[in-house]
Amino acid sequence: MERFHHAEANYDIEESDVFLSGHHACPGCGEALAVRYVINTMGPRTIAIVPPSCIAIIAGLQPNSSMRVPIVHGTLESSAASAAGVRRALNHQRKHDVNVLVMAGDGGTYDIGFQALSGAAERNEDMVYVCLDNEGYMNTGAQKSGSTPHLASTASTPGGKTTGKKNIAEIMAAHRIPYVATATIGYPDDLARKVAKARDLKGMRFIVVLTPCLDGWGLPENGAVRVSRLAVETGFFPLFEVEDGVRYTINHGPRGMPVQRYLEAQKRFRHLEAEQKERLQAEVDEAWALLRARVECGALPAATGDSGDGFPGR
Amino acid sequence: MLLTGNHAVAYGVMLARPAVVPVYPITPQTPILEKISDLQLAGEFAVDLMTAESEHSAMSACITASLTGVRVFTATASQGLMLMHEMLHFASGARAPIVMVNVNRTVSSPWGFWPDQTDSLSQRDTGWIQYYTESGQESLDTVIQAFKVAEQVLLPVMVVHEAFYISHALEPVTVPAQDVVDAYLPPFDPAVRLDPGLGRSWGNPVNQDLYFRFRQAVGEAMDRVPGLALQADAEYEKMFGRGYEIVERYRMEGAEIAIVAFGSMVGTARVAVDALREAGISAGLVKLKLFRPFPIGEVRAAVAGVPKLVVMERNFSPGAGGILHQELKATVCGMEDPPKVHGYLAGVGGVNVSPAKIEALVRRALEEEPVPQSVWQR
Repeated sequence: MERFHHAEANYDIEESDVFLSGHHACPGCGEALAVRYVINTMGPRTIAIVPPSCIAIIAGLQPNSSMRVPIVHGTLESSAASAAGVRRALNHQRKHDVNVLVMAGDGGTYDIGFQALSGAAERNEDMVYVCLDNEGYMNTGAQKSGSTPHLASTASTPGGKTTGKKNIAEIMAAHRIPYVATATIGYPDDLARKVAKARDLKGMRFIVVLTPCLDGWGLPENGAVRVSRLAVETGFFPLFEVEDGVRYTINHGPRGMPVQRYLEAQKRFRHLEAEQKERLQAEVDEAWALLRARVECGALPAATGDSGDGFPGR
Repeated sequence: MLLTGNHAVAYGVMLARPAVVPVYPITPQTPILEKISDLQLAGEFAVDLMTAESEHSAMSACITASLTGVRVFTATASQGLMLMHEMLHFASGARAPIVMVNVNRTVSSPWGFWPDQTDSLSQRDTGWIQYYTESGQESLDTVIQAFKVAEQVLLPVMVVHEAFYISHALEPVTVPAQDVVDAYLPPFDPAVRLDPGLGRSWGNPVNQDLYFRFRQAVGEAMDRVPGLALQADAEYEKMFGRGYEIVERYRMEGAEIAIVAFGSMVGTARVAVDALREAGISAGLVKLKLFRPFPIGEVRAAVAGVPKLVVMERNFSPGAGGILHQELKATVCGMEDPPKVHGYLAGVGGVNVSPAKIEALVRRALEEEPVPQSVWQR
């Protein structure tokens, strides 16, 4: 059994009991674990928006619900706009203590929901947007999305995806929103801390959570947490935070474990040749060099500082 | 005040006091958005104006803000309405009493900016109540009435007027006093709303039986609309001195032929009817203000005993013809001694339909037998 390092979180998880057992996720589902830490950290004074996705299935079939908060199951591409509508109505009602949360999949975030997300970020809408990222359209049978990694096999890219994964965290950081973070279920203390941090900030907050999909990735029922940790330890999925679009913090650096260890744990990479695996290792190394450079850029003094309107003025 | 149709709408919206207005610019709607922005900046209109990045997002935000329990307005036209299409269905299914003004404009392709009603008429199956108006004054008054009706049946309402003929034409408009509007339109405060204290959700998947029941409930709410719309209009007339009914009869005494029209064509047809009567032809006019739900009872009562009806369309459904023509044929079918219905595609694409043209088409209809199809007549 391999040994994993703890993320540098040092955070005690405080859970409310919003998320209930008896939900509709597959046994061993990585996403259900993410939903638990996200919604239980956001707490009972929350209204959640979910688009069609595995999360919507987990949330339940009417008249049942697995979450003790109001849920709006909206359309696939409109989550961020729908959340903005709720927020603005709550503001009119002076219910400033109620959190507005989106829990969307990667298809609803990277692809079809991206316009609404980018618009909401540009307007610095006051919400926590969590993308539960299983790197494909898993609810419809594991087709490729804009989040599917390079060379991964899916139902619509059976020979392996020929292009790379969008870097959604960088894209959101480029909107200069107050908070962007990456997290994954293998590090629940780090995940819960980031959700709590996002919850207590104002404006647009975005967290992408890597949530391994047993069926879509080809994992055993007990494999989601292990592969989530391998994703971080091999550097395939870095854990980091970005404040105001520029101040980067790496929470957990790679520990020299080869990417090969992550790839061989999943059926979706089983078809890869040695040369392709080397290429993925090189891509991960390059991405890390870029991320480290961003950390150094973020350490530079701010150009103009805060403009005072709640939006970073750099 | 001397106002364009779109600016009249903005004043009507302000008087109705919506809390949230998510909106996206599009010609020829934009003056509505601009005037609301000006009124907000001037401190006259306390509203949360959300400058959405698309009409789809604007309508998405309208729906959830409405479900959270506040009054909501938006406006659009043409391509914007097309982009909203998915959310229009969602809004009525969610029973969100949104009021939206659509400024009729041709739908691409090819591109055009002209008055043509196909944009809103092609949304007739989305579960929205639809009103068509013939003046800026009527648009202002109808926006206020629309909130009253929407909030009683919990269905969204589209108030529709046409590009330029109404939207940009200047007319003297009476802007009602705020306190009278407040007395007419009470604050929107729904018992069921999105609230962590209530725990209600919306949109989770349902089984076939539940879906059936939700659709039936939408239908039953629609069925209540003609009565409630008449009531809202009668009350409005009492308080403000202006009423429109949902189906108006103009010079229908002893009519041998009646023009059936909606939107800006109504004003033109009034002039044509006067001229025809002057010339000894017993022509009348039936104005259709409420198009969805289609007021079958009121239309049948208005046209009973009239031998011929004639429609000049400013819309086109390829493969079916003029949309009002179809609706009218369906409405008179089953009447005892039903009128014959003539349909002319006369104003498609914003082509001008002058009083003289209407007179000529009425004379032509009197002389020929109708055909099942709508006839192109430029």
